[in-house]
Amino acid sequence: MNAKATSALDLDQSKYNFIDPESAVYRSARGLTRETVIDISRQKKEPDWMTDIRLRAYEVFLGKPMPRWGGDLSEMDFDAYTYYIKPSDKREDRWEDVPENIRKTFDRLGIPEAERKFLAGVGAQYESEMVYHSIHEDLAKKGVIFLDTDSGLREFPALFREHFASLVPPEDNKFAALNTACWSGGSFIYVPKGVKLDIPLQAYFRINSENMGQFERTIIIADEGAQLHYIEGCTAPQYSTKSLHTGVIEIFVKRGAKVRYTTIQNWAHNIYNLVTQRAIAYEGATMEWVDGNMGSRLTMKYPSIYLVGEHARGTILSIAFATNDQHQDAGAKIIHKAPNTSSTITSKSISKGAGRTSYRGLLKVAKGATGVKASVKCDALMLDPQSRSDTYPTMEIDEDKVAIAHEATVGKISDEQIFYLMSRGLSESDATAMIVQGFIEPFAKELPMEYAIELNRLIQLEMEGAVG
Amino acid sequence: MPELALDIRNLHAVIEEKEVLKGIDLQVPKGEIHVIMGPNGSGKTTLAHTLMGHPRYVVTQGEACLFGENLLSLKVHERARRGLFLAYQYPVEVPGVTLSHFLWNAYQAGRSGADGNGKKNPKEILAFRKRLNASLESLKMPADFAMRHLNVGASGGEKKRVEIAQMQMLAPRMVIMDEIDSGLDIDSTKVVAEGIRSLKGPEFTALIITHYPRILEYLQPDRVHVMAAGKVLCSRGMELARELEQKGYDWILKEFNVV
Repeated sequence: MNAKATSALDLDQSKYNFIDPESAVYRSARGLTRETVIDISRQKKEPDWMTDIRLRAYEVFLGKPMPRWGGDLSEMDFDAYTYYIKPSDKREDRWEDVPENIRKTFDRLGIPEAERKFLAGVGAQYESEMVYHSIHEDLAKKGVIFLDTDSGLREFPALFREHFASLVPPEDNKFAALNTACWSGGSFIYVPKGVKLDIPLQAYFRINSENMGQFERTIIIADEGAQLHYIEGCTAPQYSTKSLHTGVIEIFVKRGAKVRYTTIQNWAHNIYNLVTQRAIAYEGATMEWVDGNMGSRLTMKYPSIYLVGEHARGTILSIAFATNDQHQDAGAKIIHKAPNTSSTITSKSISKGAGRTSYRGLLKVAKGATGVKASVKCDALMLDPQSRSDTYPTMEIDEDKVAIAHEATVGKISDEQIFYLMSRGLSESDATAMIVQGFIEPFAKELPMEYAIELNRLIQLEMEGAVG
Repeated sequence: MPELALDIRNLHAVIEEKEVLKGIDLQVPKGEIHVIMGPNGSGKTTLAHTLMGHPRYVVTQGEACLFGENLLSLKVHERARRGLFLAYQYPVEVPGVTLSHFLWNAYQAGRSGADGNGKKNPKEILAFRKRLNASLESLKMPADFAMRHLNVGASGGEKKRVEIAQMQMLAPRMVIMDEIDSGLDIDSTKVVAEGIRSLKGPEFTALIITHYPRILEYLQPDRVHVMAAGKVLCSRGMELARELEQKGYDWILKEFNVV
């Protein structure tokens, strides 16, 4: 197909690419030292056990080598970042009370306008701290907790300590250690037994400063029979130097509970996005990751699910979109540790220009986990000859009585499809956008309507005017 | 002289440097239904695709005009927006895109004019969907077909009917149908023929490529052209189609010294 037709199939960043004047109330010194870690903990007035775990994680971080697999991290300079920026003195639960400059930022991004329409609660994080959190009153009355993670530590210390770093310990990987050492913000969610949220909770993460490291920590606990859907969105303006986003997300899905975690990450193209997302699902529980990766310089992100109770179910549905300067190294991990558990991995990737997508996946079935059903499906679509797509699937099956299906396809956009759609009156760019939208339809149809429309609109908009 | 919907003069086209069309001359006056018949490999499908602008076929010589406008300088979608429609022998599948979504966008694109700057009117979408459902019903298609992905998992007969539904919805001025009746059983042929006949009128012009006179009995074409070896050999009335059905092509190829 015409190279020009795809030349602007970069997702629209212009809407997000604005910079606010900085007005932080506190910034830590550049670079990460033991003193910085202590300083962050003191700023937050944390209990000693948290300071200790931060320092332990800092040592682990120093001790672990940079990963040599996945993406290219050779240009990353840990001394260049600012690890903690406090944008405001307090976290507000009334939108009017959020400092005006920050409020304006989120207003431009459509938050919390969305809250009034279709959300049960909203959080907004700016730099290192959550500046706003609110939840519908009736949910709070039912005992639902939806706080920023720092407040979670202060207000529910026992519940917090029981779960924090229990699923992703600092020893897990270098970036989990980094996050544990200097984490700040994120969402802390608890849904009590049997409480079902029928509309989603949402958090929004914004990096504004140059050379900033954002390290949010999210903990979600769905007690027995509870249900919730959590949505996360992320943006940052484009700078010439690279900022760092390293989140850790731990999700606990107790017996018979159900959690869906949807994330649409549309970071600017200068962000290293290195995230550890892990969930544990107990007996009869259901965990679903719906994971969209559309921005960043490099993303390394492999949502995982440990199925530890009988009849637990796990679903990971992801798309990755990489254009010229981007590498999306994304994937999924599912570990079956109990009998009669089931899982589905569906991965869709699109690469354009010199963009590169990699699928890196693990499917593991432990000995004794009989009656497991699992399927893995990876589809890659390449829009032009310079695009690159790789698949690194790993399967470790230690049990015989299982049913595993695996399917992978790599395709180019079809000239015959373009011709067919054009012969009905669609321009080449519209035809291309429609085929791309069709390719990611299995993902888009799982999104709340507003997000699906926004996703399709972004693709459509970027294609318009691309052909002369 | 009646206005010509399609006016092809001395059209030559190559595919991968092999000449397939070797000087086509063909005129279709507005409001008429014409037929092209001819042995396999005579260039019928190539002619259809070349007129629509498929990039694999390169025109090396000659002219083709749609209502007096030079077709050959237009891009594929511009030809469509001028009212040209090709019903395919083998419609392609487009996963993830519903028939309804696709057709609405195509309809909007056509209305917005060749420059793509015209006004869109999203309020019409409900009326459009109603018309699409009525069209599918008249073609004896399942009610949920509008929400199925374009041609995915459809049978050969269903795909052909979807082509007719698209034609009805987009209301083109000049239609080329490439073996729309191939692989259809008797009942399906009748349904498809009725679908085409519903469009007949002074503003509807069609060029139908077929091997079978059965569909022609429904449509009562004005002219029958015979193509062989990249050329139009002769153009006569409906009786020619019946004659070819009975006697095959040998006699006419001999008559025009085509081996």
